[in-house]
Formats: sequence, structure tokens, C-alpha cells
Amino acid sequence: MKGKSLVSIDQCSKGDILRILENAGKFEENPNRTLLEGKVAATLFFEPSTRTRLSFETAVNRLGGRVIGFQDASTTSSSKGETLKDTILMVSNYADLIIMRHYLEGAARYASEVTDVPVINAGDGANQHPSQTLLDLYSIQKTQGQLTDLTITIVGDLKYGRTVHSLIVGMSHFNPTFHFIAPEELRMPDEQKNLCDKLGINYTEHTVFTEDIINQSDILYMTRVQRERFTDLEEYERVKNIYILKNDMLKGSRDNLRILHPLPRVNEIAYDVDDNPKAYFIQQAHNGLFTRQAIICEVLGITELI
Amino acid sequence: MSDNKKRELQVAALENGTAIDHIPPEQLFKVAYLLQLEKLVDKTITIGNNFYSKKMGRKGVIKIANKFFGKDEISRIALVAPNVILNEIRDFEVVKKYPVTLPDELVALVKCNNPKCITNNEPMATRFTVLDKEKGTIKCRYCERKINKEDIIIK
Repeated sequence: MKGKSLVSIDQCSKGDILRILENAGKFEENPNRTLLEGKVAATLFFEPSTRTRLSFETAVNRLGGRVIGFQDASTTSSSKGETLKDTILMVSNYADLIIMRHYLEGAARYASEVTDVPVINAGDGANQHPSQTLLDLYSIQKTQGQLTDLTITIVGDLKYGRTVHSLIVGMSHFNPTFHFIAPEELRMPDEQKNLCDKLGINYTEHTVFTEDIINQSDILYMTRVQRERFTDLEEYERVKNIYILKNDMLKGSRDNLRILHPLPRVNEIAYDVDDNPKAYFIQQAHNGLFTRQAIICEVLGITELI
Repeated sequence: MSDNKKRELQVAALENGTAIDHIPPEQLFKVAYLLQLEKLVDKTITIGNNFYSKKMGRKGVIKIANKFFGKDEISRIALVAPNVILNEIRDFEVVKKYPVTLPDELVALVKCNNPKCITNNEPMATRFTVLDKEKGTIKCRYCERKINKEDIIIK
């Protein structure tokens, strides 16, 4: 991996991704390993995110490490006006690893530049969240038996959804075919489409969410259409129910189809889908634990997974 | 009067120094600002604007006696004036003539126009990667936002 911090999925080569996923598989077989004995990880959550924090802290604990940190910046000196640089340098005195979530975009990259301690980006505003991408890839590989030559349909907010943009980058090494389904206002930005064009990746854009597209897919990646993203609320009212997945839409789908969602979901997946064996979003979150264990070992240069 | 003669009358010739030519008239003072000409207190500087230009109708010209720019020093002006021509003059002769192009990275020069970018909330230098030197598109190293030339805000 380029550099010892994990800030963005762009820095992972195909080889890096495959190695991390392979190690995640080993942690799934046995998550309790004392690889971090005597090590301290700092979880700095300048913005609350219970799900991500618990997943990372469980990962450190299951590896035998100890955790320090905070889950809300209002209790730290950053609320007194301390710079991020000073906070990071202070924590670097204590910890062997920094796992940080920040509401400002680029915060993790900057942190990784000011300290020698490896930094894992656990989300920086709307920018990057590489551990989410890697757990998505792990879930895809695990459910499909492979990452190559898959048809992936992505539904919902494709304009602002950072998980979606990173998923495209992460999958770009594996010859995917994409279907992008979004309302006009939330279409996939040119930047991601240009990347697909440059790499010769097939994609098709749709505004209607049809069974026909579901039936061609191996992975259905659902995301939330958020009301606050719309400038025109009438448009929101018009489209909000179009992108809801209901169980009867899955009747003609492939046996290997799995439904992913970065969570939290609101109403974009109807609850009658939960009992369908193709629903995979809860297990997907569980995979986050193993993937994060693998990421922690990767940035700390731990290659022997005893 | 011949073209050559006209040109001579418009601006005094330089013995040694740099002539920056073909500056879009509306960008002339921005270019002067970016070059920090106000700091060159011991150099003779001639600034002229709205000269006739066959190529662009009107143009601005800056001549600085006994001053030669490093590449990094000069490349920043490509942000506002991409087709400017730099002439290095020694002993009244133009010894080097080249168009100014953007560098690969712009450091502490441009403000990120994403209010949620760390660079707008922390005392630190901005860094932008130049994606397309022709089109002038740049990308923030931190928040990764792409900025088109017309939206670039110079600090």
C-alpha cells in the first residue's frame, strides 16, 4: 500500500485489496488473535458514529490491543479551538495507531501528514471511508466467490453517496459492469463516469428502478435518497418511493444475487425483504469487523497472522 | 510607420531582464499581484496595458529590468493568464521565449472552494494537483474536490 496510513481507497492497488480481503477471511475463521498485544489504538471520533466506532474498537480488542479515545469532539480541546494538528500530535505521544472520523473533508489526509503514527480514515465528511469500501468488497467476494466480471446495480443517491464513488474505484480493478439507477437530480457525477470510460468499464444509467435490471444483477447495492439533498422538494416527493426495493421485485432475480446497503437504511429497502435469503446487509456490517482487523494489521505492517 | 517602429515607441527596450507579453488586459493587475511585483523594490518595472496585438486585439505587457524568474515563481500566473509568453532578454536580445504553463502542484496559492475542506478550517497550506494544464482544472489534495479554472479563487 502506498504510505502506511489508509486514507483513501485510491491508494490501494489490486494486490493490496486482495491481500486485505484474504486476511479478512482469516480473521473471519478466527477473530481472536493476540497480534496487538501491548499496543494502544486511539479512536478519535470528532463526529459521532457509533456503528463504525464499535466495529473498530471491537477489532482492536479482538486483536488483543487497548483502546483510548473520544466519541464526541465536544468533550475535547478541539472545542476550545485547538487545531487538528495539535490534537493529532498530542495523541501521537500515546498511541501506536490512530483511527479517526472527522466532519471535515481531508482531515485524515492532513493528520497522516503531520504524524508518523499510522492513521486509518474512518470517514472524513462526504469524502472517503475506505474501510466501508473494503468491507463492501469483502462482502461481494464472499457472496459471489469472486470479484471479477460481476454485474453491480447501484441505486439511490449516486451524486453525494461517498460509499458509491469509492465502490466504483475499488471495483474498477475487477472488470465490473455497472447499472446506475438514480433520479435526475442525483445522477452519477461525471468524474466517476469519466473514470469508467477511461478504464473501459461498462455502465448504463437509468432513472427507473425495474425488475428487468435487477434480474441482470449479481449485486444490488442500495443507498438512501435523502430529503435534504433535493433543491426541489416536489421532485423529492415524486421520486422518494420509486427507489424502494420490495420483496416481490426479487422474484425473477438470479440465485446468487445479494442485496447490500452501507446502512443505516430508512425506507429504501422494505422490511419484507429482510427475510429473503438474498438480503445481506446485516451480515455485510458484520464483515466490517474482519475487514477492519485486516486493515489494522496492514497499516501496522503485521504480515504474520498467527 | 512600420510595425517594428510602432512597437519600439510603445515600450522602452530592455537591456537585461524579463518581458511578459500577451497578458489578457483584464488579468494584468492580477498577474502583477501574483508575481509580487511590489516586493521588487530595486528593479525597474514597466507595466503597460491595452497595447495593440495582432493575436488577441489588446494585450498587457510587464517588463522587469535585471530580473529572471524561476519556473515555480512564474508558473503561478498561468492560473489567470494561460497563454502568456515569457521573454528572457540579455544584452537587448531575446535569448529565451516560452509560454507559461501551470506547475504540477499549486502550494498555498489557491483557496479551496469547499467550505467543509480541512484547509478552510485549519491554519495550513493548501495543495492542489493540476489535473489538466490546458483546461486549468485542479484537485484539492485534501478534500479531493475538483475545481474548474473559472471557479478558482486565488488566496
